[in-house]
Amino acid sequence: MGIEVRNLAVARGGVTVLHGLSFAVPPGKALVLRGPNGSGKTTLLRTLAGLQPATSGEIAMPADAVAYAGHSDGLKATLTVSENLAFWAAIYGGPSIEDAIRALDLATLVRRRAGELSAGQKRRLGLARLLVTGRPLWLLDEPTVSLDASAVALFAGVVRSHLAAGGVAIVATHVDLGLPEAEVLDLDPFRVRVLARDGFDEAFA
Amino acid sequence: MSIWEYANPKKFMQTSARALPLVVGLTVCLLLVGLVWGFFFTPDDYKQGSTVKIIYLHVPAAMMAINAWVMMLVTSLIWIVRRHHVSALAAKAAAPVGLTFTLIALVTGALWGEPMWGTWWAWDPRLTSFLILCLFYLGYIALWSAIENPDTAADLTAILCLVGSVFAVLSRYAVNFWNQGLHQGASLSLDKKENVSDVFWLPLVVCIAGFVLLFVTLVLMRTRTEIRARRLAALLARERVA
Amino acid sequence: MRALLLRDLRLAMRTGGGFGLGLAFFLLLAVLVPLGVGADGTVLGRIAPGILWVGALLACLLSLDRIFALDHEDGSLDLLATSPIPLEAVVAVKALAHWLVTGLPLTLLAPGLGILLNLDPSAYGWLVASLILGTPTLSIVGAFGAALTVGLRRGGLLLSLLVLPLYVPTLIFGTEVVRRGAEGMALGTPLALLAAISLGAAALLPFAAAAALRVNLR
Repeated sequence: MGIEVRNLAVARGGVTVLHGLSFAVPPGKALVLRGPNGSGKTTLLRTLAGLQPATSGEIAMPADAVAYAGHSDGLKATLTVSENLAFWAAIYGGPSIEDAIRALDLATLVRRRAGELSAGQKRRLGLARLLVTGRPLWLLDEPTVSLDASAVALFAGVVRSHLAAGGVAIVATHVDLGLPEAEVLDLDPFRVRVLARDGFDEAFA
Repeated sequence: MSIWEYANPKKFMQTSARALPLVVGLTVCLLLVGLVWGFFFTPDDYKQGSTVKIIYLHVPAAMMAINAWVMMLVTSLIWIVRRHHVSALAAKAAAPVGLTFTLIALVTGALWGEPMWGTWWAWDPRLTSFLILCLFYLGYIALWSAIENPDTAADLTAILCLVGSVFAVLSRYAVNFWNQGLHQGASLSLDKKENVSDVFWLPLVVCIAGFVLLFVTLVLMRTRTEIRARRLAALLARERVA
Repeated sequence: MRALLLRDLRLAMRTGGGFGLGLAFFLLLAVLVPLGVGADGTVLGRIAPGILWVGALLACLLSLDRIFALDHEDGSLDLLATSPIPLEAVVAVKALAHWLVTGLPLTLLAPGLGILLNLDPSAYGWLVASLILGTPTLSIVGAFGAALTVGLRRGGLLLSLLVLPLYVPTLIFGTEVVRRGAEGMALGTPLALLAAISLGAAALLPFAAAAALRVNLR
């Protein structure tokens, strides 16, 4: 249940930002993506999630394996914590929400509306959503934004147990996740520095 | 050699640059001949008097208003299926031209309707359909101009054009159902007995040919402009990355 | 999919705004038109079918941009797009939810407003029938328009411009049913056509809307 990427190129707004990207993450492993702002981390994750097509190259992974967590958590402010989680569990047909609530220490908040939570609590709820999807391949975009040190440690524990169960995580981040065993991929060498001549340039060559 | 080679921007620019003077010349000739012939060398209608002569603007404009949309539909389909940029840009270029033809048809129709029917506007099915067509053009153009990313805009407008075409046809039949009108029937159908007589018919055909070529000229020019604008955007993007 | 439907309904209930506003707008229109047109009962009765249908159409328009924009803002749309539910089904379910909170209440309110507008007594049944068969088209076409404009900052106005021309056939057949009902004429054809447009739109437009959503998400 791993993922393998061969010679991938991805584009943002019609402009190729990364190219020649190849990596493989076997089951039980995590990959941390690093690179400055605008280097294409989010674009790469969205491409892997199937939200946008790759410009070229191949992505090999099992079907319906991806759980994506982007910058926003996909929470509804007027629904309670447990309603939010139960919705995503029903959509994905995943496991029960109790384990996810316990894993991210949300038990005291279940009856609160998501709109009343602090930023860090919302983020924890957003990450709990990953657990209820029951999907093996996690694609996480800056998952620790607005988490305090203890919550980051909590999150690292969740990822670790996901990996131990044979899952895969690809994480784009600037900060230390407390996952020293994870492999790090620096995206900088794969950035496109000279824009490829596209068809419209050619028109006047 | 396949016809799709012309969908390559470079090939399109070369070919259209060579073809354009010819097309422009032919357009001017046909329109001059057709309109002068129609306006000054045809007899007045026994019933409608000289007002009938507006037919030489009204009918070709109305035909091209519909044909422009059909052309947009075809180019949108080509974009969706084969993803040739020139095709999408041609659809974009044709929309304002089609809108203008629609407006010409509506205005000349109003000018003709006043002396003939005694009213500038009647909610006749044909008139209403053109007004609705006008709205479809406006929506299409507005969607193009609202989206920044050109490929996204091309995709979304193509989808709108497809769905819009179905609803435009539906609207046409709905409007027919809604009100039987004043408008005379088609003047040029081949199987009908009450066609306009040859004296009016020949200059009209010349005018229609002229309008078709006028449309081709305008769309070619506008497509060339769009391609240049896209190239400019590509160059600017490269500047930013470098 | 049932979970999605229930969630959308629950959100509509809790957030308020959306569908209550549409109903209030519909009521306002039925009050303002007689004030503008005059109190003459025969005139009002004649234009009542058209006013009620145009009112329903505009009231429906008010809440269209919420179909996808809210889910797009908070990231739910990305998550739904990567979920096991096909995007076409997401569109269909969300259009259904929109109909349940706008089209259906509008249909139920319409006879009451018919009284205000002096609608012919024989037309009430046909008014409800035409709205029941016609308003689903408004929601589905609206969902298509919302999918086209979901990424745009000021999509609301553009949405009306795109969607209103697409409402023309439904409006014509809908009012025709009520008018003929009031005059006691045969109305099988417009009623059948109204239903046919709804069915056709429900069958085909989710695909177009899902395609538009995919383009907007990438």
